[in-house]
Amino acid sequence: MKPILRKLARDVPAMLGLAIVLLVILVAVLGPLIAPYPGDASASHLLQRLKPPGNGHPFGTDNLGRDIYSRVILGARGALAIALTVVGVAMLIGVPLGLLAGYRGGWLSETIMRITDIVLAIPQLVLALALAQLMSPSLESAMLALSLTYWPFFTRIVYGETRRLSSSLFVDALRGVGAGTGRIVFLHILPNAISPVIVRATIGLGFTILVAAVLGFLGMGATPPAPDWGLAIAESRLYLPRAWWYATFPGLAILITVMGFNLLGDGLRDLVDPRIRRSR
Amino acid sequence: MARFVLRRCALVLPSLLGLLVVTFLLIHAGSADPAAALAGDAATPEQIARLRAQYGFDRPMGEQFLLYLGRVAHFDFGESAFSHRPVALDIFQRLPATLELTFAALLLSIGLGVPLGVVAAVKHNSWVDYLLRLVSVMGIAVAAFWFAIMLQLFFAMDLAWLPLRGDLASTMTRPPRLTGFMLLDALIAGRWDVFVDHLRHLVLPAVTLSLGGLATIVRFTRAGVLDTLQQDFVFYERAMGYRWTRLVWLFVLRNSVTATVTQIGLLFGGLIAGGVVVESIFDWPGIGSYTVQAILTGDRQVMLAVTLLVGTVYAAVNILVDVVHGLLDPRLMERA
Repeated sequence: MKPILRKLARDVPAMLGLAIVLLVILVAVLGPLIAPYPGDASASHLLQRLKPPGNGHPFGTDNLGRDIYSRVILGARGALAIALTVVGVAMLIGVPLGLLAGYRGGWLSETIMRITDIVLAIPQLVLALALAQLMSPSLESAMLALSLTYWPFFTRIVYGETRRLSSSLFVDALRGVGAGTGRIVFLHILPNAISPVIVRATIGLGFTILVAAVLGFLGMGATPPAPDWGLAIAESRLYLPRAWWYATFPGLAILITVMGFNLLGDGLRDLVDPRIRRSR
Repeated sequence: MARFVLRRCALVLPSLLGLLVVTFLLIHAGSADPAAALAGDAATPEQIARLRAQYGFDRPMGEQFLLYLGRVAHFDFGESAFSHRPVALDIFQRLPATLELTFAALLLSIGLGVPLGVVAAVKHNSWVDYLLRLVSVMGIAVAAFWFAIMLQLFFAMDLAWLPLRGDLASTMTRPPRLTGFMLLDALIAGRWDVFVDHLRHLVLPAVTLSLGGLATIVRFTRAGVLDTLQQDFVFYERAMGYRWTRLVWLFVLRNSVTATVTQIGLLFGGLIAGGVVVESIFDWPGIGSYTVQAILTGDRQVMLAVTLLVGTVYAAVNILVDVVHGLLDPRLMERA
């Protein structure tokens, strides 16, 4: 095993995070196969409504008699799909802009970085809410709004790394032997700048699941009958305090999933940047 | 000192201008007829026509932007399509409640977070440390709206220790509004019962809102104190027989909190954003519940005004953080 992987393997919280993330991915991929009632994504059984946990329904049933355990499992796919799309699009926007601003310099760089600062100066949730609302609420506008507010994080990281790398000796040498700008930037600088981006993306996946859940909760994301965790918690509020299980389990799913991504991200950061190592 | 503060303020100006551009562009985003979109679904043709004239949507973009700047300078954010009152007035009346909640949450996160972080660092790798680390990891990962509902379920519905929602029991008469801060108004009016009841209403929302910040502060204080404990002056003072507790709480702490102060500044944005959700769950009559109402009713002028307000507050807090940094570490001020 490579030394770096051995180091990660010794980091107990990071390994716990990795285990959770792998479990969530597995649940997301296999969803309909492992859920006891895969049809409960949309079906309803009114005779079974609001049954407490037990009796074939480990997490109880909701107001339409749907098995909450199945819906928590089925919700993993949506949560992960939203997070991957948002972080992916944010990277597609943010990374090239960071490379451009870092390598070019001049007014173009200034403009890009000022725009980055401005977007970062507004709390993401507020800006995303404003954007999503202006684009008429739907899951697609929620994802677009989240992407449009998350890219600056990547731009700032890539910018710093590119600035540092483009003044380094090996880039000078590459220029000396006549390598083209595209070649230097994409084949030599990008691979060297990618590790902090991966760290940020890992933490960003967890963070996006959390913010997307808030949007779902506020009715700006997933629409019924989607088995969305945030939406389920919003729907459960009408049936409290009687149906405590209705709100509890989807929330636990969010908590554990986000925790997994955060623990893994922290572990990766320790590997990538020993300077800000978590002291032990 | 004054120069340092002025300089920081000047650095924020481009961001504020950018914020104005962003909100200006948001007006135009995603609709062919911004006047109709701003007015909302229930608007009459006359209202739309009036908005069109007010914003100058028929003029060139540059002129429109100048008009917009002029309106912002006069705190004219239009009329809420929902309450039919000027947005600025609504915000002004609701701001104290939000500030009260935000400061209560901030006070909780700092008041608990810093001491707990110090304890975790001093006793590091003990069970106390592990427990605090686990709690801080969970505090960042938990969905605030879910935590709020869990608190309501347990403390308000099940145990009935604390009120479920609102800011005052409906049976109580409100004290005359002077400052808008209910706690202060109650004291001024000498209404001890209102003060206590309002405080009881404040507990659950403030605890919910403080959670994320608490976790972050514990984490950064712990890391900072652990780093400082390694420094030579700590070994020296210990060797000279200086009292350990005094050393930790006075000198080590002061040298460790710079990173924490930065985090507190960053938290403020999170607190404002978190307040949107927390306020609406607890029916807290502040900016946050106003925002959610605006989202649900499609009240665009309110959304724009709130975005502008939040961005400005955030910028102001960043200046404050820099100044506090300078006070904690005067070397920064000389460098700048």
